[in-house]
Formats: sequence, C-alpha cells, structure tokens
Amino acid sequence: MNRLELSSLYQLTVTRFKLTLREPEAIFWIFVFPILLALGLGIAFRNRPADVLPVGATTPQLVQALAADKGLRAAEMDEAAGTHALATGNILLLAVRNGNSVVYRYDDTNPDARIARMIADRAIQVAAGRRDAVETQNELLHETGSRYIDFVVPGLLAMNLMGSAMWGLGFSIVDARAKKLLKRMVASPMPRWQYLAGFLFSRLVLLAIEVVVFLGFARVVFGVPFRGPLWQLALACVLTSQVFSALGLLVASRARTMEAVSGLMNLVMLPMWILSGVFFSASRFPAVIQPLVKALPLTAAIDVLRGNMLQGTQLGQMMTPLAILLAWLALPFAVSLKVFRWR
Amino acid sequence: MDKVTQDSTRHRIHETPDEVAALLIRGLHKTFGEVRAVDGIDLEVGPGECFGLLGPNGAGKTTTIEICEGLTTPDAGIVELLGRNWQRDSDELRQLIGIQLQETQFPEKLTVEEVLRLFRSFYRRGMTLNEAIALAQLEEKRRARVGGLSGGQKQRLAMATALVGDPELLFLDEPTTGLDPQARRHVWDLVERLKQAGRTIILTTHYMEEAERLCDRVAIMDHGRVIALGTPKELIATVGGEDIVEFAVSAKTTADPSTAFALKNAANSAQDDNSEDRQGSVNVEALKAIPGVQSHRVDGAVHQLSVSELHTAVPRIFAALEEQGLHLSEFRTHSATLEDVFVRLTGRNLRDE
Repeated sequence: MNRLELSSLYQLTVTRFKLTLREPEAIFWIFVFPILLALGLGIAFRNRPADVLPVGATTPQLVQALAADKGLRAAEMDEAAGTHALATGNILLLAVRNGNSVVYRYDDTNPDARIARMIADRAIQVAAGRRDAVETQNELLHETGSRYIDFVVPGLLAMNLMGSAMWGLGFSIVDARAKKLLKRMVASPMPRWQYLAGFLFSRLVLLAIEVVVFLGFARVVFGVPFRGPLWQLALACVLTSQVFSALGLLVASRARTMEAVSGLMNLVMLPMWILSGVFFSASRFPAVIQPLVKALPLTAAIDVLRGNMLQGTQLGQMMTPLAILLAWLALPFAVSLKVFRWR
Repeated sequence: MDKVTQDSTRHRIHETPDEVAALLIRGLHKTFGEVRAVDGIDLEVGPGECFGLLGPNGAGKTTTIEICEGLTTPDAGIVELLGRNWQRDSDELRQLIGIQLQETQFPEKLTVEEVLRLFRSFYRRGMTLNEAIALAQLEEKRRARVGGLSGGQKQRLAMATALVGDPELLFLDEPTTGLDPQARRHVWDLVERLKQAGRTIILTTHYMEEAERLCDRVAIMDHGRVIALGTPKELIATVGGEDIVEFAVSAKTTADPSTAFALKNAANSAQDDNSEDRQGSVNVEALKAIPGVQSHRVDGAVHQLSVSELHTAVPRIFAALEEQGLHLSEFRTHSATLEDVFVRLTGRNLRDE
C-alpha cells in the first residue's frame, strides 16, 4: 500500500464517499430529486409566449377580418357548430353576422374569452376601416432573472444542500452507532476527529458534483443567470453545506435509533421548509416573526445564494446572513463535539 | 542487573519485555446503577497465554473485558496492559492491542478488502492486507460485500480487523456466540493458529467446550466475581472425579424409613427448594459410600454423582439402587467438564440465565 492508502483520514473519507454512492436512495434524493423538482416548477411556472386564441365566425368575410390579427386563429362554422364548439371549449368566441351588425358569443367569466372579445372586435373594426386616434408602439420584455424559475432555483439549491448534508451525516452516524460500529472505531487507534472530518470531506466531493449537476441543469434548460462571481457562489455553497453538516452532527450526536434521529431531523428542518422562503419570498410572513425567520440558517443561505445569482451582490455586502451562517456552523459543531455519544 | 533495567526501559517504546504481565488487574469494581457488574476482580495474564473468562450471561465478563480495552472506566481498581495504563498511555495502547467486540456490524456495502484497508490505516505498523485476509481465510471473499458474508465469515472479518495492526495483546469478546457448530470450529482453528504464533489472547465465552479447548487458563466468573481460576484440567479436577453420572428414578416401593433423612440431605446438598418433592426416595448416604463416588447433588429430578473409576463404580450404583427398590428411568455418564465445575460452584447451569 502506498502512503495515501495508509492515511486514515483519506481512508475514512473514501469509505464514506463509497458508502454514499452505493446507496441508491441517496443518489436519487441528492441528484435526481432536485432536478425533477426544478423541471416540474419550471414547466408549471414558465412564462408562456402570448397565446393565440381560437375563435369562430359564421361568414368568410368575418373569418378573414379575424385572421388578420396575429392574436387570433379563426375558423368558419355555422351557428349550430359554433355553439357546440363554444360549449366544448374548442373556441373562445363565436362572431355571428346578424344583418349589418355582429354579435359576439362568449363567456365573460373567462379572462381568455374577454381578451378574445377585445381582439376580435378590434380586428373587425379595423377591417371595416377604423383608424387609431393615437399612434402606439410595443416594447416586449422577457428578461431572465425576474422569472419564477430564477427565483426558485437558489431556494431549491439551498434546500437540497440542507437535506443532503443533514440526512447524510445524521443517518450514517446513528446507523453506525446502532450497529456498534462507532464503538468498534473508537476501540481502534483512529483519531476521533478524523471520523467526523471524513464525513465533511466526502461531503465536499459530493457537494461539488451535486451543485454542478443541479446548476448546470438550471442553466442549460432554463437559462438561470449567474450574476455574481462564481467562486463566491462556490464558497457560499460550501459554507451552506458545512453549516447543515454541523447541524446534522448535532441532531445525530446522542440519538441511538433511526426513528429518533428521523423525528429530530424533521423537527429541525420542517420550520425551515415552511419559513425560509424556498418557494416564495420569506418577507411575506408577518413582521412579528421576521426576526425568527431571518435567524434560520436556511433563510440566510437562500438570501446569500439569491443575492449572488440574481442580483450579483458581493459576499462582502451580505455580512448579516453570512454572520448568521457562521454562527450556525460554530455553535452546533462545538456543542455536538461536547455531547457526542461514541457508543 | 543493570542491563535488564536498561533493556526494559528501551523496549517500552515499542515492545513489551517478557517479564511484564500482558494484563494485570487488581481490585476491579464497576457498578451500573444498582447492579454490581464487576465486584472485586484480580487477574494476571502472562505473555503468550490464551486466557479465558468463562461465565453465564450477565456474569460481568464483557464489562471486565471492556474495562481492559479502555472502553469503560472502572469505579475502582488498577488495570495494566503490557505495563501501561489507560490514563497515561492510551494512544500507545490503542496501537498495541487488537479488539473484537460483541455484535459489531460492519457496513454491509463495503467489501472485505475495503473494511480491512480502512482498519489497517489506523495503525502505524501491522500486517499487509494480504496477510490479514489469508489469516482470516477470507481470500475467496476478498471482493465480496460484508452484507453477503455468512455469520462465521463476518466473525472472521471482525477478528481480522483486530489482527490487522499486528497486536501484542488480542481481546476477543464471545467470538463464537451465535455461530453454527461448523463456523464455530472454523473460528477455533483460527484462534489456535494465533496461539501457535505466540500471541497473547484474552477471550470471553459462555461455552465451556470453547474455554476447555482454547484456553491455557480460565477464570470462571459469576455475579461480577472470579469464583475459580486455573487451567481447565486443574478446574475439572476440583469436581473430584473425572466422570459424571446422571440418573433419575421412579420409586416402586412404599415409604422407606430413610426417606426423611434422604430428603433433608438432598435438599441441603443441592440447595434447591424444588427438588424435595421430586427426588424420589434415594438413599444418598448409601450411594456416597460406594468407592469412587466423590459427591452427589440433585437438579430437579436428576441426581448427579461425580465419580472416579467409572468402570467399577457404575455396577455398584446399579446394585445400590436395586437394593433400595428403585427403578431407573434415566441413566447417562459423561466426562467432567468446566460446566460441571460451574454447577458444583454455583448450583446452576452455565446457560440457566
């Protein structure tokens, strides 16, 4: 064996890394789940191009007038067929020639139908010779960085970093304790700090893969912007991951059974899933609980990630959330080292 | 004289001089709540010895061995391993001893090789991976995952993790508990090879045949104390005879004048309240008068005699029972074992608890 193979810190890190990769469920939750979630949300909240609205008309002249507007797709049909098409939702509006006038049939509780009514009326009036009193121009905005998907990607990233760090540490440690493996490890000359450091180092390797895969996907598929320096984004991800590793260590420091640690994990993470603004801005919560919301590590992590990715804010300008994160790193780590149960 | 002192100081850095006891225990006590798990133990184990702690579950064997392994702190007493102690030399001791614990489950998704490579990395010096794998006879399972190993293979892997640092002192806590007979013999072979290689081994077990077969010396423990100490041969000799005769009788005669006396006597010797109404009407004194019969006790309905000169004593026992008008419903003999030593000392069987 070479020198590296004889290094206990290296062996502990590699062992932990292999064990994570050999757990198919872990792979799903770490890599696949966040991508599926981003994909689902991206599709649900995508900014659609202006829809072309389907309408019907009873005469060829009307159809021609309606089809002249790019916002409408017009088809000729008699009244009976048109009424049926309206009822089944195939068209939003039916224009019926009635002598010299035109009757619009539509459902005024349906916003799309009301828009169809406005566009159809404009098209028919223009075809009949109406001129605009004031000349107008349109300037269209589809700016990246202001879409919902841009907002939600940093939130999902932080949430995923939290989940994988906490479950990764918490479950493995309690599992090893329940199987008396921890006891066996401390019965060997292994330095105890290296056992915990092995978790942190293997976490860093996984983290790199996890973040690159997820953000790469968000970039390629949705064109999510990275406005801040990438190295600062990387640093923020590492810090976030270590904060939640420390929290996971604390949660797992005494528990003897998987049931106990699962309960504790959910107890710790649930408030953050709800309050920390993963899916909508945390500022929507009442002012009374804002101090609590702001003090949560997930809120701070999301603030930093959004600041970097969406606004391009430098880390130096986000000292408050960074300080909160550092406090959440130091305190749980110190406490868990004190109370950790090795057997 | 000077040279010896010099040598031993120099050797202390890595190796332990021959004259230092591998393990020295004086006045060891440990209490868990109300339970006195270890209640005053003194032991000394020499280099190269295979020493066994034998006793039923709950006798304090595991607590004792875990105190020696530095995993449990004693309430009182001195523990020295290889001339060192846990307060002062804990880092050095961890390098010098090998430990196999009860019930360690290695990660199922690691291979044999990976587990051993991990444990090897904890030691400054030790065996190569190949040596450790060969010693535990796991060559074929080298790349197999722990989850796919049999109980015996897992146990040999646990022993390999204890051996991989080439320890001066090896602790094995119930190495064959829960294994089938074949796997048990396989582990015994491994321990015997380690003995032949001159390793100092301290093992706990509640199987008397295991202690008899493997250990140079045995301490029999009960309720946190050592109740007997010696080589298996010496201990068995304390039973009084080399063989044990067990029998049960059914009475076919009316009350015998000696019944009351026999009842009282049997109850005393067995210290067993339940035996009085079931032991029949055996005249114990008549049996004990037979040449070669050393002692008598009753366990439920079964009478036990420890006997030397089995071949001459047995016909006389038959004759004596016949004379008393008793009909034999059970009769068997076996060579005396450590189990009989335990029974004689405590009145209970090893696996009663």
